[in-house]
Amino acid sequence: MGYPHPSHPKETVVLSKYFGDAEARTYPGWVKRGGYEALKKALGMTPDAIIEELKASGLRGRGGAGFPTGLKWSFMPKGDGKPHYLVCNADESEPGTFKDREIMRWTPHQLIEGCAIAAYAIGAETCYIYIRGEFTEPWKVMSRAVDDAYANGALGGNVFGSGKRIDMVLHRGAGAYICGEETAMMNSIEGRRGNPRIKPPFPAQAGLFGMPTTINNVETLAATSPILLRGAAWYKGLCLGNPKSTGTKLFSVCGHVMKPGNYEITMGFPMNDLIHDLAGGMRPGRRLKAVIPGGSSVPIMTAAEAEASLCDYEGIIEKGSMLGSAGFIVMDDSADIVYEIYRLAKFYAHESCAQCTQCREGTAWTTKILERILKGQGKREDLDLLLDLSDKMTGRTICVLSDSCAAPIVSGIKKFPEEFDAYLSRAKAPALATVG
Amino acid sequence: MSAATHGSHAEAPYQPVFVGASREKLEALFPKYPTKQAVLLPALWIVQEGRGWIPPEGIAEVAAVLGLTPAYVRGVATFYTMYHLHPVGRHFIQVCGTSPCHLCGSDDVLHAILKETGCGELGATSPDGRFTVTEVECLGACGFATPVIIDDDFHDSVTPERVPGILARYP
Amino acid sequence: MTQDRVNVTIDGVPVAVPKGTSIIEAAKQAGVLVPHYCYHPSLPSPAVCRMCLVEVEKAPKLMPACVTTVAEGNVVHVNSPAAKEARESVLEFLLINHPLDCPICDQAGECELQDYVFQEGRANSRYGEFAKRYNPVEDFGPDVLYVANRCILCTRCVRFMEDVAGEPVLNVSERGDRAYIGIDPDHTLTHPWSGNVVDLCPVGSLISKDFLHKARAWDLDKTASVCPGCTQGCNIMIDTRDDVVVRLRPRANLDVNRHFICDEGRADYRWMNRGDRVEAPLRRDGSKLVPTDWEHAIARFAELAKSVRSVTILASGRASTEALGYLRKAFDGASVSAAVKVPTGSEAPLAGVPNLALRTERIPNLAGALLAGFGTDWDRTVAGAGASDLVVLLDVELDDAVAKLISAKTVIIATVDDDRAGGAALVLPTTTMAEENGTYVNRDGRVQRYFQAKAAPGMARPTWWIAAQLAEVGRGVAAPTTAAAAFAGLGKTIPALAGLSYSELGHTGRLVEVTAGAAR
Repeated sequence: MGYPHPSHPKETVVLSKYFGDAEARTYPGWVKRGGYEALKKALGMTPDAIIEELKASGLRGRGGAGFPTGLKWSFMPKGDGKPHYLVCNADESEPGTFKDREIMRWTPHQLIEGCAIAAYAIGAETCYIYIRGEFTEPWKVMSRAVDDAYANGALGGNVFGSGKRIDMVLHRGAGAYICGEETAMMNSIEGRRGNPRIKPPFPAQAGLFGMPTTINNVETLAATSPILLRGAAWYKGLCLGNPKSTGTKLFSVCGHVMKPGNYEITMGFPMNDLIHDLAGGMRPGRRLKAVIPGGSSVPIMTAAEAEASLCDYEGIIEKGSMLGSAGFIVMDDSADIVYEIYRLAKFYAHESCAQCTQCREGTAWTTKILERILKGQGKREDLDLLLDLSDKMTGRTICVLSDSCAAPIVSGIKKFPEEFDAYLSRAKAPALATVG
Repeated sequence: MSAATHGSHAEAPYQPVFVGASREKLEALFPKYPTKQAVLLPALWIVQEGRGWIPPEGIAEVAAVLGLTPAYVRGVATFYTMYHLHPVGRHFIQVCGTSPCHLCGSDDVLHAILKETGCGELGATSPDGRFTVTEVECLGACGFATPVIIDDDFHDSVTPERVPGILARYP
Repeated sequence: MTQDRVNVTIDGVPVAVPKGTSIIEAAKQAGVLVPHYCYHPSLPSPAVCRMCLVEVEKAPKLMPACVTTVAEGNVVHVNSPAAKEARESVLEFLLINHPLDCPICDQAGECELQDYVFQEGRANSRYGEFAKRYNPVEDFGPDVLYVANRCILCTRCVRFMEDVAGEPVLNVSERGDRAYIGIDPDHTLTHPWSGNVVDLCPVGSLISKDFLHKARAWDLDKTASVCPGCTQGCNIMIDTRDDVVVRLRPRANLDVNRHFICDEGRADYRWMNRGDRVEAPLRRDGSKLVPTDWEHAIARFAELAKSVRSVTILASGRASTEALGYLRKAFDGASVSAAVKVPTGSEAPLAGVPNLALRTERIPNLAGALLAGFGTDWDRTVAGAGASDLVVLLDVELDDAVAKLISAKTVIIATVDDDRAGGAALVLPTTTMAEENGTYVNRDGRVQRYFQAKAAPGMARPTWWIAAQLAEVGRGVAAPTTAAAAFAGLGKTIPALAGLSYSELGHTGRLVEVTAGAAR
């Protein structure tokens, strides 16, 4: 399996410190490693004080959007008398991303503790952890950990004697990428199709079951306990120059690297080092061609862009893409950019919920055009058509799945025109067979 | 290990799923949610675990226990690709084929599995009823390409060479 | 009230609308139509078709007009280049999987996809040689077919069944471009209001079996009317082709039926097309009824009515307020015993709309009859009719009990030719509600107009005209010559209607106080 790998000296291990440490999975093992101290500390603080600490830490959402976590929590109404809900987004489905899976597999109590802290801070008595259906192993680990947390008073009607009730329910997804979108996830938990909802109303106003709701990614919630224990200043200090991107983050690196895996690095870490050093670089004789850094929903980067980029929210924007969920799909010079973009378009066409016209029809149409190009039947005007359709699929739908499909297409055509040209000029043999 | 290991269910008259332990499992879910409808996805899972797939009668049964209409339940069930609304082989195999895994050779793994199982093509069930193979979208284990899920077991870093050995564990 | 209003400008037209109004509704106030598919004023808005994207100045992107509420000072552009380009692209996306079968599609001519493509779509498709999505036609229930290939997934039908009818028998099945509207084979569209999905469907995807291939939309004449099926008084359109009624459809009246009618009302129009009609006045000549003209017929009627002391009038509840009012008035001075027949059936409410149901009383003008002095005790009135000097039957079924009353002292005002009328003194041809102008008063006391939708057969005349002629010839009371004048004259004897006129009733009616008349 080759994973978990021993941590690289350039990593800053906070969340991944106990990856591979089987004992850390157990309740006593986690307590022995300082677990649940943060929750106990939190229960002695006011919710407002916790939110302020989070704000001061600079922690931003690790699911993709990068929204400041403390600020998000502060949107929850106070004293409204309604039930509040916390939803933990463990529907990790963004191609290239596999960090939340490891947090749940190795340090389930780290997540439970973070969820409990967040629930307390936002006034929620119930936390639903939405785990994607395919994550059978994380599900088993989490189920057992939740049971143990209840048995030890870390969850339930009187958490650690505080008089506070925090219940945790694991909810299993059933195969739908779009349920990772927060409003789609709420619909899914409610027993509906996972259709994204129109905003407003925002979840903090009317979310799950119509009640004020906060939704955070696994990694975001897991990061709250070290922040509370070691202080906002410490976390904010984990920063390589850009005060807008602080702390550590798990970067999933996959594709054409020698050592794929999750690497926990301080925000602002050079992408060149991440790919060529931590992740072991290219296979012998291969050169880096392209990177899609944010999971698949962001623009593709050329080797030059990637090697010059810093790994944080702003640094990657500066180089023409986005951090997203920090799932790096690395491609060496053997990769067929056109094919990989086609494969991603096919993914989005498969996952489109079918609500918005542009997305439902556009993801399927662009896939067909890319398929035609790969069959050696492409037309010169196909590129303009793809760009035009992508433009019309961007910024016009309820959620951003449609935009996500367009991003790799547009950037791929602009940054790797020669790859498309090879098929269009028939210089390259068709990658897909023609049927019939 | 494998909950969904059910082969022949073609002609037998439908027996309700929500009796005995399955009923208790379902009942235990209700207090966890403020609405009955929220138990829909878990209830469909219980049917699939019990039957290996979700037949129309199962849809109707879920609708009845949750106070929904069969059409509503079917609309939701068809949204989620992991629910089998048609019978499948004793062992259901999902092979990731999205870009990260494709870059790492998932096509070869898929072909090896199709060949080894005798399924021949995607979505088909092998003549012996043992396997059904599908290619699925990102399984969230891109760093351990190629991930393959067989029933409820997650196998990562699968290579064509490992395929026969892994499949041998699923009689 | 001004603080609750918001000032906005839409395509250069300033309007003030109540706070909370959506852009799409505010635009209507400004006289601007925002093209749309999924939005419907009587359904919750999912904002999925993305057709109604408009430009709002200072907003970072195009906004869906159906779910975006107006804010003070908004400047909205519905027909700016950006908004038009967005619509053009939605139309192109919708068309890639939509068959070009307009020539055989019932919706053609009244299809919102066809209309908007014609208005602002691309001249050609860039989809090229790819195959269009194909799914077979499905039977969705007693009167509904689903032509999946034409479906644009606006989900109006699903939302109607779920949110308005409260019986979610339709769903969206599957995802992405494989999605379609699904149904459970054992639970089809049998809900008593489910036919509305056909009207709600903006394209030719959900179509009526009853109307299938009957007529092209452009061949239809459409007439505003009121459903004669029950006391609810749903507003309808009567669609005719060459003077034949081919379908009834709901007409919007937010106070009565919003945008809906029930299936029973929708289906009950064939009687309007009956061919076995009385086409000329008939008078007794010895043992036979022979045709005559109106002048002689009215004179004979006046003769029969002259100096009668007691009259029994048995009338159909489908008769107009004008008919009932003038008939009753024609016998002022005599002792009149008058009743309408009130057939009943089970009530069928539409769950999501308050005060809307197929009502137990299956006649449209019960309240109008009460105002005009008619009672509802049919059996007692029939039983007592034998003692009357004169019996007038207005468009009633000649069942055994009624047929027994027919004698030389009976005048029958009829639509349908019936052998049992043979013993009457006079048979006078009258119009159905589809062939005349008139009013009905619904159960809430709403006086509503209906308009003549087709020509009357032969010499048939509206009943109010017949009764007014009788009064003029018999007693010298000047008769009105138009339905409007007849209605205006009703106020003299029915105080609740005093001062009302057809123009005041408009297309949505007026509420009046309904109290039972004298002849209970």
